[in-house]
Amino acid sequence: MTVTTKTVPPAGADPAPADSPAPAASPRRRRRRPGAIALDAGLYVGLLLAVLVMSVPLIWMVLAGFKTNAELVSLPLQWLPEQFMPDNYQRVAEAIPIGRMFLNSLGITIVGAGLKVFLGLCCAYAVVFVDVPFRNAVFVLVIFALLIPGQITIIPNYTLIASLDWLNSYQGIILPGLASAFGTFLFRQHFRSLPISVLEAAELDGAGHWRRLWRFVVPMSAPTIAAVSLVSLVTDWNEYLWPMLVTDNARVMTLPVGLTLLQDIDGMQNWGVLMAATVVVTVPMLVFFLILQRRLVAGLTAGAVTG
Amino acid sequence: MTIATRPDAAPTGVPDRSRSAARRRKQLRNLGVFLLLAGPNVALLLIFVYRPLLLSFYYSTLQWNLGSSVARFVGLGNYVQWFSDPQTPMVLATTAVFGIASVGGSLVLGLALALALNRRLFGRGLVRTVSFAPYVLSGIAVGMLWLYIFDPRYGLLATVLGWLGLDSPQWYTASPWALVMIIIVYLWKHVGYVALIYLAGLQSIPQDLKDAAALDGATWWRTFRSIVLPLLGPVTFFLLITTMLSALQSFDLIRAMTDGGPLGSTTTLMYQIYLEGFQTGRAGYASASATILFLILLAITAVQLKYMEKRVHYS
Repeated sequence: MTVTTKTVPPAGADPAPADSPAPAASPRRRRRRPGAIALDAGLYVGLLLAVLVMSVPLIWMVLAGFKTNAELVSLPLQWLPEQFMPDNYQRVAEAIPIGRMFLNSLGITIVGAGLKVFLGLCCAYAVVFVDVPFRNAVFVLVIFALLIPGQITIIPNYTLIASLDWLNSYQGIILPGLASAFGTFLFRQHFRSLPISVLEAAELDGAGHWRRLWRFVVPMSAPTIAAVSLVSLVTDWNEYLWPMLVTDNARVMTLPVGLTLLQDIDGMQNWGVLMAATVVVTVPMLVFFLILQRRLVAGLTAGAVTG
Repeated sequence: MTIATRPDAAPTGVPDRSRSAARRRKQLRNLGVFLLLAGPNVALLLIFVYRPLLLSFYYSTLQWNLGSSVARFVGLGNYVQWFSDPQTPMVLATTAVFGIASVGGSLVLGLALALALNRRLFGRGLVRTVSFAPYVLSGIAVGMLWLYIFDPRYGLLATVLGWLGLDSPQWYTASPWALVMIIIVYLWKHVGYVALIYLAGLQSIPQDLKDAAALDGATWWRTFRSIVLPLLGPVTFFLLITTMLSALQSFDLIRAMTDGGPLGSTTTLMYQIYLEGFQTGRAGYASASATILFLILLAITAVQLKYMEKRVHYS
């Protein structure tokens, strides 16, 4: 199991291990000088400032979602809304089918991320455990795809999806982004660290590749699978450019696309309505992040150590 | 079958011919399994990544409008036009300013935040969480909420600047300010990520080294400059490359906040591809821009790969 830390690597990046160098810090505390106290005081001010800068915009967004138009344009600024009424949310729902968009986003995110993880697992298993002569070439093909920016593919992919008559369709949104390169890469790293003897024993017991993959390899890879899944969920939920290009029907749009549609319909500076819609897009991810912080951070920073 | 389960199994008493037949059968079956498992993923990559890559090179030689059935082969005409277009220097300058400011800014601020978080201070877990949170949010949503904060009349920032006795710039409509605004938001969204990577790097620096420096009477600044910073070299290099790649491809913030304006002053190379391809509809020309962006990104990645190779030997 020591190898596991290698594949979900930034152990130092997630909260718990960060607090571990305790023994190193205690001698420092014993010979504390006034200079160090001043430094710490300065740091606290700095960190407090950092917390304010990072969090106030988000709080401001939530508050603005509840303010009336009069409250939004009063100077000096009115900090809190008089009443917490969902009027702006109602106006969002009147302008765009926000509920439908929420479900679209949810469905596309879950299906897309699920399939991506599935494809990545299968592909990585084949590359690591199925003995064919060209498997390394296949892996290089997968890895090289990581170097090709999505932007260069949008025009040809758009013409393909349009010619299939898949504009404004869920498959048109999901399919082009489905191939897993990042996931395959991380899974392969992890699979190579698994104890080969377990798999050989399973093979001797007559377990085929399919069974070995789902009964042995997948259960032994839970942390990596969790990290890749969470990263896929976040990126798919936030994905904008491609879903925006292939949809102009509000009924199939995802939330971020709906947000710019609302901006176009309702005017650039109708802040109450826009902030209410922004809350609908961001709060699910914030909650998701707060609950699953550790694993999510591990996945998002995985590239840093594995390259 | 059971005896020769692996092609590289040691020779056994089984006659040669039947063993090689079994081996061939096994190879064939492996091939089938491989195609079933890796095939779908590889097929998707070929259709939606490699095919468009090549097609994009081809499109860049056409004078062709998106959705039109008429296309004229113009060779390198689009590239010639791109290089002679009076807008090109501005697009490149905007891309460079945005890239350098957002990369430099996020590295400096991220390192500062990481250094603060590396001390055992009360509440640093909260700071880490709060500063990483924007990284997981939609770029469109983040752009939108900051657009409200930057509102020159009713925005929060105008009020804060007012406390300092400053007037709010016309962020939306004045030329350098729109780009400054996008850079600030980019930093807000990415600094937590950079800080976390730096923090991991800081925590891998052996405490002995710092203790030894302290015993020798080194000041904090000297320890930082002569020990910490050099040891963070690989992390810094990694961040330099990856944040540069992501900055050059960034789209959502510009789309939500300025749509490339005012007067094209926030149109980066990436944004130009979108505007030309999908707003103006000059797909051939946009493909040429895309190819140029691809070459720039590839060059940056090549530098990284070269370095990564060295690092593999090192560790």
